[in-house]
Amino acid sequence: MELFTNQILAGIATGAIYACMALAVVMIYQAIDHLNFAQGEMATFSTFVAWQLIQWGVPYWGAFLITLAFSFVGGILIERVLFKPLAKAPILTNVAGFIALFAIINSCSGLIWDFTIKQFPTPFGSSPFLGSQLISTHQAGMIGVTLVLLILLFFFFRFTRIGLAMRAAASLPESARLVGINTSWMIALGWGMATAIGAIAGMLIAPVVFLEPNMMIGVLLYGFAAAVLGGLTSPFGAVIGGFLVGIFENLAGTYIPGVGNELKLPIALALIITVLVVKPAGLFGRPIVKRV
Amino acid sequence: MSAVQEVVTEAPTLDAVPKKAMTLGNGTSLIILALLIIVPLLVKNFIIFQLTMLLIYALAVLALNILTGGSGQFSLGQSAFYAVGAYTSAILMEHADINYALTLPIAGIICFAFGFLFGLPALRLSGVYLALATFALATAMPQLLKLGVFEHWTGGVQGLVVTKPDSPIAALFGHKISQDMWLYYFTLAISIAIYIFSVNLLKSRSGRAFMAIRDNEIAASAMGIDVALYKTLAFGVSAGITGVAGALGAIAVQFVAPDSYTITFAIQLFLGMVVGGVGWLPGSIVGAAFIIFVPNIAEGISKGLSGAVFGVLLFLVIYLVPHGARQVAMVAQNLIGKLKKN
Repeated sequence: MELFTNQILAGIATGAIYACMALAVVMIYQAIDHLNFAQGEMATFSTFVAWQLIQWGVPYWGAFLITLAFSFVGGILIERVLFKPLAKAPILTNVAGFIALFAIINSCSGLIWDFTIKQFPTPFGSSPFLGSQLISTHQAGMIGVTLVLLILLFFFFRFTRIGLAMRAAASLPESARLVGINTSWMIALGWGMATAIGAIAGMLIAPVVFLEPNMMIGVLLYGFAAAVLGGLTSPFGAVIGGFLVGIFENLAGTYIPGVGNELKLPIALALIITVLVVKPAGLFGRPIVKRV
Repeated sequence: MSAVQEVVTEAPTLDAVPKKAMTLGNGTSLIILALLIIVPLLVKNFIIFQLTMLLIYALAVLALNILTGGSGQFSLGQSAFYAVGAYTSAILMEHADINYALTLPIAGIICFAFGFLFGLPALRLSGVYLALATFALATAMPQLLKLGVFEHWTGGVQGLVVTKPDSPIAALFGHKISQDMWLYYFTLAISIAIYIFSVNLLKSRSGRAFMAIRDNEIAASAMGIDVALYKTLAFGVSAGITGVAGALGAIAVQFVAPDSYTITFAIQLFLGMVVGGVGWLPGSIVGAAFIIFVPNIAEGISKGLSGAVFGVLLFLVIYLVPHGARQVAMVAQNLIGKLKKN
């Protein structure tokens, strides 16, 4: 029994990573109805920026804030320059655009910061949390940050005018335009926020998985799995999905023989496909009805 | 969030491609065929090898083209089918001593079954979700191949070495026909057969069903098309052709290893399709040329930046020629037509 509880705790800790990534995925999906395959690479790039700032002697939280601002602006720029012209294009073109972005950013971070593994500092320290051997203070901090982020997002979408406008622009763009919402800028804002959230995810994950240009590929896949599980339309669902995926991964690794580290990605694959087949809207998402 | 169900009119998966625009005229086809036959006689072995790879990649891109351009479904997971084909062929040749030519149909059938089965869950998915599921498949495949359970067969991380087939007609011509050249013509023959098959497939009843589904799924089902069947069928056919390409690839490269079939490869194939023009079958060879030769050029410019050059080129294609090589070919055709009139 103790093993079981311990594994669940450890699962929640890894789940926080996925929850963070899933939150970014859902943000962008809400704004543009597409999954951004370059999300992971963008997060990695932001994390590298933070690392560079820290190397230059900027204190951690200063670097953290500068990186957030940088990512926010960067996300908006990418949308304005590269994806705005594709807004009316078929899905295929958009997917191709995301893939191109993926290749460009991945290659750039490799070129600027090369492929050696770098250590990324944690602001929370890495001693055992409350005497527990399973969760370090960093992981506890990660869970905390994810939850705070979720609450902030909830308040943003529920209680601010701009949050309301973003929701309106996402669900009924034409009507939103009629009541005077600049839907095009709402999309750009969605990109900016998603990129900033991705940057937070990257900076929280980097101390755990070490910083290198490809660090996010596996995490992004789990982020997708979490987002799909929770429902692509629900930020709350994405976070719950993230924790569930983390727990599931740990339990599967402990109790199903033959599932070790080498099967990590196939588990995510199986999970994504199962959810999409059994309950395509996810646990907390709204079912989508197609108009003929 | 509100409890109201969301009603959306989905953006089209891709622009509709008229059926006539999917192939080339007879004259042009013959010229290209003649070039493909003559060129290897004039160049060095290494270039012949590259040309073989060109044909193999063209087959893989063609397969993706049938799936996406034909039936309107996405796949970022073609590398997985390619890997299954390559491994099937390699394992059969090395463990069961089966002749290399015979491994091709087996690889094709196994991949067809695999693709058909993967198509079943994919049925319920469209657009982005399908891209996601296949993306996951491609990412997971190398890890599946490395699994300890299969290590006896797959050689685990190390992969398998495949013996290169000897040319059976070398004895007749002395040493003029090298192994590479034999393999090239062997691949060419298979590619032509598959190309003709694909063109006819798209012209047939099934092909029209694919296109009806691509253009409007609901309308297609209202016309009595079994949407589920044809969607999985498209997946199966596409996977089958990719499998044959994979098997040929394994024979040509003489080596299979899990890390040759990563998501990067799937993305390259996807890129090849976009560059060649979605739904334009002859474009497959242009796309294949792009993914084989452009990385070399890009690496020549800067080793670290090859990915970036790739990405920038892809963006340029999306913006300037959204229909890829097809658009270029159409413009050229119009120009030639005008010149003739003058």
